[in-house]
Amino acid sequence: MQIIKDKAIVDDDWPVIRELESSDPIPEGKAILPLAYWQANRDQLLKNNSEHAVWIDGSVETGELLDDLDHFSIIALDFPAFKDGRSYSHARLLRERYGYKGELRAIGDVLRDQLFFMQRCGINSYVIREDKDINDALNGLNDFTIRYQAAADDAVPIYKLR
Amino acid sequence: MYKYDSYDQTIVNERVEQFRDQTRRFLAGELSEDEFRPLRLMNGLYIQRYAPMLRVAIPYGLLSSKQMRMLAHIARKYDKGYGHFSTRQNIQYNWPKLETVPDILAELASVEMHAIQTSGNDIRNTTSDQFAGIAEDELEDPRPYCEIIRQWSTFHPEFSFLPRKFKIAVSGAQRDRAAVQVHDIGIYLVKNESGEIGFNILAGGGLGRTPYIGPSIKPFIEKQHLLSYLEAILRVYNRHGRRDNIYKARIKILVNDLGAEEFARQVEEEWNHIKDGVMKLDQKEIDRVRAYFTPPEYDPAAAEDTSFESGLESNQAFSNWANRNLFPHKIPGYKAVVISLKAPDIAPGDATDEQMDYIADLADQYSFAEIVVTHDQNLILPNVKQSDLYALWEKLTEKDLATPNIGLLTDMICCPGLDFCSLANAGSIPIAKQINEKFDNLDYLHDIGEVKIKMSGCMNACGHHHVGHIGILGVDKKGVEFYQLTLGGSSEKDASLGDRLGPAIAKEEVANVIGKILDVYVEQRQLDERFLDTYRRVGMTPFKERVYADN
Ligand code: SF4
Repeated sequence: MQIIKDKAIVDDDWPVIRELESSDPIPEGKAILPLAYWQANRDQLLKNNSEHAVWIDGSVETGELLDDLDHFSIIALDFPAFKDGRSYSHARLLRERYGYKGELRAIGDVLRDQLFFMQRCGINSYVIREDKDINDALNGLNDFTIRYQAAADDAVPIYKLR
Repeated sequence: MYKYDSYDQTIVNERVEQFRDQTRRFLAGELSEDEFRPLRLMNGLYIQRYAPMLRVAIPYGLLSSKQMRMLAHIARKYDKGYGHFSTRQNIQYNWPKLETVPDILAELASVEMHAIQTSGNDIRNTTSDQFAGIAEDELEDPRPYCEIIRQWSTFHPEFSFLPRKFKIAVSGAQRDRAAVQVHDIGIYLVKNESGEIGFNILAGGGLGRTPYIGPSIKPFIEKQHLLSYLEAILRVYNRHGRRDNIYKARIKILVNDLGAEEFARQVEEEWNHIKDGVMKLDQKEIDRVRAYFTPPEYDPAAAEDTSFESGLESNQAFSNWANRNLFPHKIPGYKAVVISLKAPDIAPGDATDEQMDYIADLADQYSFAEIVVTHDQNLILPNVKQSDLYALWEKLTEKDLATPNIGLLTDMICCPGLDFCSLANAGSIPIAKQINEKFDNLDYLHDIGEVKIKMSGCMNACGHHHVGHIGILGVDKKGVEFYQLTLGGSSEKDASLGDRLGPAIAKEEVANVIGKILDVYVEQRQLDERFLDTYRRVGMTPFKERVYADN
């Protein structure tokens, strides 16, 4: 599968496991797990695997992840619909408040015209919805050259440049 | 007024190109209707009953004459020769073709205008006091703060997909002319005990299905913290506002469910994390933006004029107009002139391209080339020398722009209703017409005095009916248009929501029922009491009894 990561199209082998009961066996190989599953099987997972990835939805309190941030290679943020903007706040909190340095990945209803905003909130990889052209989507990162406000990227409030 | 620098200009230019490409992709079938909708909405483009509707932002209502001419040009070239000024100080075009919208945006960008975030679930145009900068009762000009908020909120990466639309209003005056208390965030400039000017922040006001007056959640905050505090409110709302039910998604529901105190606590907690970071406003920036709003060069001899007084004495029509349509100015010898867009035979708030051009010329000649759009859907020339008033009045009269009805019964607020809006239950423009026809006697209107009628074609309350002294709400009863009346609403400092009069009334009865309500008022009023004050004193019963007497 191809995704956009750090402004380029790259191959990726991290599947998202959407549904998993806490009592289900631990999946083989790389997998982006539901947060609840990871939490329930935390100790076993930490023993078994060297790399860890979870996905969270908009209703999670990002502070819950605080103690485990160092374990994750990827935190995937779910956008169940284009218009559900909660994960933009999650992304900024994870980056700016909790200092998460790993990969932040957008999954779900992820389309070209959100990418500029997502990138500014600190998301650095994007699984573009399957029916869309990923090459076209890549253009979305460059819609604007000017940013009025500070966010999780390197922008400062524009007036500081004036 | 504020002037774009190269950063501001680049952003609107890039926006035009972005939207041009989005429109191209939609027309080419690369974007579905569902995918295009949020994109076009962020650009103020609705698909309405008959055609698209494009809403153009007029930040805090302020226009230069050059911008007004562009609005006229767009009405002429891309629409049917008119535009509709809305209650949020914007202008709406009802007939543009989708394919031409990118070109319209490019034309707007050439005069420092745009349609960014004029709809959609994002932070909308910040509105303000229509007399900002000139009112005698003003503590400080609110517009620099509106502009600072405009820039912060434009393409805010975190808050472009909120649970619902989000509206902010700022007022710096004693009297509230910006309906601050019924906004998602309302901001009053206030002075604290030590004489420092800052902000009182309200949150969770709003109209619609479940109207609320917004409670104050931060009675005083220093100017430097304005943006960090707004960001904290928005973050709490973005994360916790309801997204499962469109009717419960506004911040007012969240504030009400949590209680104002708990909501304020959550905001405070969030704010403590960010208040001393990069969000803290530099005084330098405040000063820079304020410098754009310094007063024009007033004529120090303006007050020596005597022609105004003699005009008032010699011409009754001029004096009627002066009584209703002038507003006092903090500089002696100057007045603000309200241009009524409520002539009897037009839809409230509409202006033709010709009128817009004409008003732009008058602004150049008489008012330092500036025009203000009001929350009541009129226009203002804010800085007119009193010696020019008579000539100006004559010129306005020529183009049917001098109806002397500001603040009176026929100065109605009215949403587009069934004639244009696909959400409407009932017409509102025909009711405005009916009211105009019944109450065409100016002496009577002047005798009745200040009565604010506000009318919406459905529960969404774009016409702010809840806060009308007389509110009119269109409802649909088995496919027939009916109207629910409320009495006693206000959107000013004494904000209140109107009380229901009783069962909805038939379309052809609306003006008659208003007549009965006014009869009761005339019988009951004491001295100079306004309608609203009489209502508050005597209550609903006499009105109700009169209106429903025959049932
Ligand atoms: S109040 Fe209803 S009818 Fe009127 S403009 Fe708003 S949505 Fe349309």
